[in-house]
Amino acid sequence: MVKFVDSELNSLKKEVNEMWTLVYNQMELSKNAVLNLDKEQADTIIAREKRVNSYDLKIDSDVEDFIALYNPVAIDLRFALSVLNINNNLERIGDYAEGMARYVLRADETPVDKVLFVDLRLEEMFNQTLYMISAAQKAFCEEDIELAKTILEKDNLLDEINADSTRTLSQYTVEHPEMAKRCFELAAVFRKLERTGDHISNIVEEIVFYIDAKVLKHSKKNNLGAQQGA
Amino acid sequence: MSKLDVKNVNFYYGDFHALKNIDMQVEEKNVVAFIGPSGCGKSTFLRLLNRMNDLIPGARLTGEIRIDGENIYDRSVRIDNLRKNVGMVFQRPNPFPKSIFENVAYGLRVNGIKDKDFIESRVEETLRGAALWDEVKDKLKKSAFALSGGQQQRLCIARAMAVSPSILLMDEPASALDPISTGKVEELICDLSNKTTIIIVTHNMQQAARVSSKTAFFYMGELIEFNDTKRLFTNPEKQTTQNYITGRFG
Repeated sequence: MVKFVDSELNSLKKEVNEMWTLVYNQMELSKNAVLNLDKEQADTIIAREKRVNSYDLKIDSDVEDFIALYNPVAIDLRFALSVLNINNNLERIGDYAEGMARYVLRADETPVDKVLFVDLRLEEMFNQTLYMISAAQKAFCEEDIELAKTILEKDNLLDEINADSTRTLSQYTVEHPEMAKRCFELAAVFRKLERTGDHISNIVEEIVFYIDAKVLKHSKKNNLGAQQGA
Repeated sequence: MSKLDVKNVNFYYGDFHALKNIDMQVEEKNVVAFIGPSGCGKSTFLRLLNRMNDLIPGARLTGEIRIDGENIYDRSVRIDNLRKNVGMVFQRPNPFPKSIFENVAYGLRVNGIKDKDFIESRVEETLRGAALWDEVKDKLKKSAFALSGGQQQRLCIARAMAVSPSILLMDEPASALDPISTGKVEELICDLSNKTTIIIVTHNMQQAARVSSKTAFFYMGELIEFNDTKRLFTNPEKQTTQNYITGRFG
């Protein structure tokens, strides 16, 4: 019995890892597509989104089978429940990557003011997002609770850049009304990255639940020490 | 005061140390499940609670087992009174070779009750309590062996309950039953928990999780963990418990 359970758990872990890598790659392509207005890369992202959705359905179905067939308890049950939620959050991050690719396809060829791009810290935001996705994957694979805790703190930077971008873009729109539409669309890109950070925080909460049986949902961020056991 | 208070119990079959330093308190009208691998001592411990091991040659107990504050191994305790108060249901249904009615009435008669009307009303009340009345009310004089295995087991539970024990011990009561009969026995356990304290030994961990409010995990004669069932099956305190309930033993 235990061999079957371990084999199923390993298989689920492998699938989630593949999904994770796929979503990371989608976000990395989005970064290049958005920063360089690269429509070819945007097309690639949209084509690969179907694979993200297929993984989402497959993982959901495999977790359902695992619960029905093996009646997991304790850490095995927490793992299965976490995988369901992590999968759901990864799928949403994949949606945001697709959304940003569609922004690139809609955008006209007029390049955005390079100074504005520097002020907006868009590249920094992308890099931070990619780091968070990758670090969360490492924390999950290596069951590294300390690494997981540090990721929650990183979300603050995404919130800060997003808030600054709204101010910067509003100001820029006043000064360059002809760029208003483009600025609104860029603001949506920032919101997507900010939301991606929230989804990664959700994923980290699931990792903590899986490894430590602590529930962080709806609690104050970065307050791991004070949590009650589940 | 706890319903059951076990203090530093050790039990030996000759030289074999079967139970080691067991401490446990059980509150009234709780359902407690004992789980653990075969040979871990859970059935031995269960049988100590109504002195079923007394006649085994070489058996020896140290420590105290108190029910409602009274040490049940005290010389002054009468075993027939103890077993009236602490009923037992076994793995295989074991009805007496008597009618359905007489099986349930047996305990009452043995306890000296002769009032026919009282016995009749108590038999009906007990069979209703065991969710068996509707199935047997028209064949009370028929042999208990004419019932199905699941019905026989519920009859045995009714027989044990007829004398209103304050503790009911169940040693794998559903392991020989099909899933439907098992479901009925489990429902019965939940219903009876309003009236009595139930201690159940089971190898079926889902069953322990469904019916009990507290679970005790035994391993190699030791009580490894005694915890709220919900806690034990979601986030056990001991690694040995987690290894056992997730099937990663040894």
